[in-house]
Amino acid sequence: MNDKPRRGFHPVYLILLIPYLAFAWVPFYDRIDPRLFGIPFFYWWQMVWIVLTALCIVPVYRHQEKRNK
Amino acid sequence: MSTNPVTLGVFLVLFVTVALLGLLGARWRAGDLSQLTEWGLGGRSFGTLITWFLLGGDLYTAYTFIAVPALMAGAGAAGFFAVPYATLMYPVLFIAFPRLWSVARRHGYVTAADFVAGRYGHRGLALAIALTGLVAVMPYIALQLVGMQVVIAALGLNYAVALPLVGNVSIPLLVAFMVMAAFTYTSGLRGTALIAVVKDILVYITVLAAIIFIPSELGGYGKVFAAVDPKLLLLPRGTADNLGPGFAYVTLSLGSLLALFLYPHSVTGLLSSSSRHVIRRNAIILPAYSVALALIALLGYMALAAGVKTMPEYAAGFKSFGASFAVPALFLHMFPAWFAGIAFAAIAIGALMPASIMAIACGNLFTRNIFRGFIAPDCAPATEARVAKFIAFAAQLGALFFVLELKTTYAIQLQLLGGIWICQTLPSVLLGLYVRLNPAALLAGLAAGVGSGTWMVAQLKFASSTYPLHFFGLTIPCYAAVSALTLNLLLAFALTPLFNAMSRGSDETVAADYV
Repeated sequence: MNDKPRRGFHPVYLILLIPYLAFAWVPFYDRIDPRLFGIPFFYWWQMVWIVLTALCIVPVYRHQEKRNK
Repeated sequence: MSTNPVTLGVFLVLFVTVALLGLLGARWRAGDLSQLTEWGLGGRSFGTLITWFLLGGDLYTAYTFIAVPALMAGAGAAGFFAVPYATLMYPVLFIAFPRLWSVARRHGYVTAADFVAGRYGHRGLALAIALTGLVAVMPYIALQLVGMQVVIAALGLNYAVALPLVGNVSIPLLVAFMVMAAFTYTSGLRGTALIAVVKDILVYITVLAAIIFIPSELGGYGKVFAAVDPKLLLLPRGTADNLGPGFAYVTLSLGSLLALFLYPHSVTGLLSSSSRHVIRRNAIILPAYSVALALIALLGYMALAAGVKTMPEYAAGFKSFGASFAVPALFLHMFPAWFAGIAFAAIAIGALMPASIMAIACGNLFTRNIFRGFIAPDCAPATEARVAKFIAFAAQLGALFFVLELKTTYAIQLQLLGGIWICQTLPSVLLGLYVRLNPAALLAGLAAGVGSGTWMVAQLKFASSTYPLHFFGLTIPCYAAVSALTLNLLLAFALTPLFNAMSRGSDETVAADYV
């Protein structure tokens, strides 16, 4: 456990903002085409972002692991 | 509706197995169950995998699995807000909640209100946070029992018994209630965690089968989406003077995700993990449930494509439960009888398990922040555990009376309000992990947030939570929780310097407690 005060901000944390921007830009994904397996863009785009959001957390997780060593 | 013996048989075998598991949970990694942290937090012992199952079952409840597809079938694309909601909550979980875990461990906090009491040294604010949590989570328990009722109806089990005072009571609902009350009382969070493992495996099997088998029977996903009214397939565009449904969609996701981890049952689930790293890892692996949720949402469209709503055999179910009957009817129609039994067991157990955690969370909150906070400050740990068990039972009994005596719409409306109310605890709890505002200012903000949020929903006749705001000729359709939270935050920040000049209150936590 680390008893020192918090260190300065690291830019890797900015990656976590990407998913919020992706979902907030509704006019971009509020469309039918292109479809994937017959699923309209609106639906599959958001489903893909579930996985991408989890992947965005990974580099930040790694960064914290390295910092705590 | 008639009962299929195969469906019922499979359902009963699974249900009884799970009930026994729940009761045996008391012996699993046995701790001293007369201690509140043992009964009500599972001894803070759960590792990454068990926490994954526990939080998965806790956050993605049976009611979600029934209500989200029902919303999709009725409202179309707008119902898909559950996906950004259930996705964007994870970066927040990852960044903020390990801090809550650490400070809770350091000071022995069991509830969010415990943290507030320690952080601000203000009994009034801690009580307000505890009461908000209790009021917000109670209708949630009732809705889980509504989910149970839907499954009972789908199984065709209409056996009722007339009881004094309450009138006709469905026997299967009574049995399910007693099972839940028994394992909650004897095993606490350990029993619930064991059940979660079985329940989630059943859910994943059901979802996997449903998304492969049902669309192929219906002629592919293209056909499924073709059955949806084209006007509902996308969100209507905003105009020059109205930000439109797209904005409502985003604020609904945002408000819901900010509220979710403030709910007492979420806090209970998070604090039961064995380290802050368990929470960090779960922020990466929990989105697997969101994938399942997105696929379950599409079941609403599959129900439209299959046309179950107009089939005479399901007319009674739709008459009693409305669109909530869409998923059970779809399963009955599409799945072989034995597999429908598995699917219904997944939903039924998926109702009891989160209802149990919610009741435990009520027990923890009442005991810590009302009983010990105001009635018996020096009570022994064993008394704490006894009171919590009793309150958990009372909360479940209250929920049962609620669904038996009052209309389901009241539970839905109260849950809608509950989400708005719990969101107003954000400045004290989530923001409090970083910034300490003045407790009196936070209390004023909380009151303003709850008041304005309730007023907006009342203006909408409790039918919706998207209240249109008007600024300089621009209409902004915004989730009431978000606009109320904005007012709440503005007030809390503005009043802090003023109230700090009078009294800052005491803070028993230090910066190092959070990391």
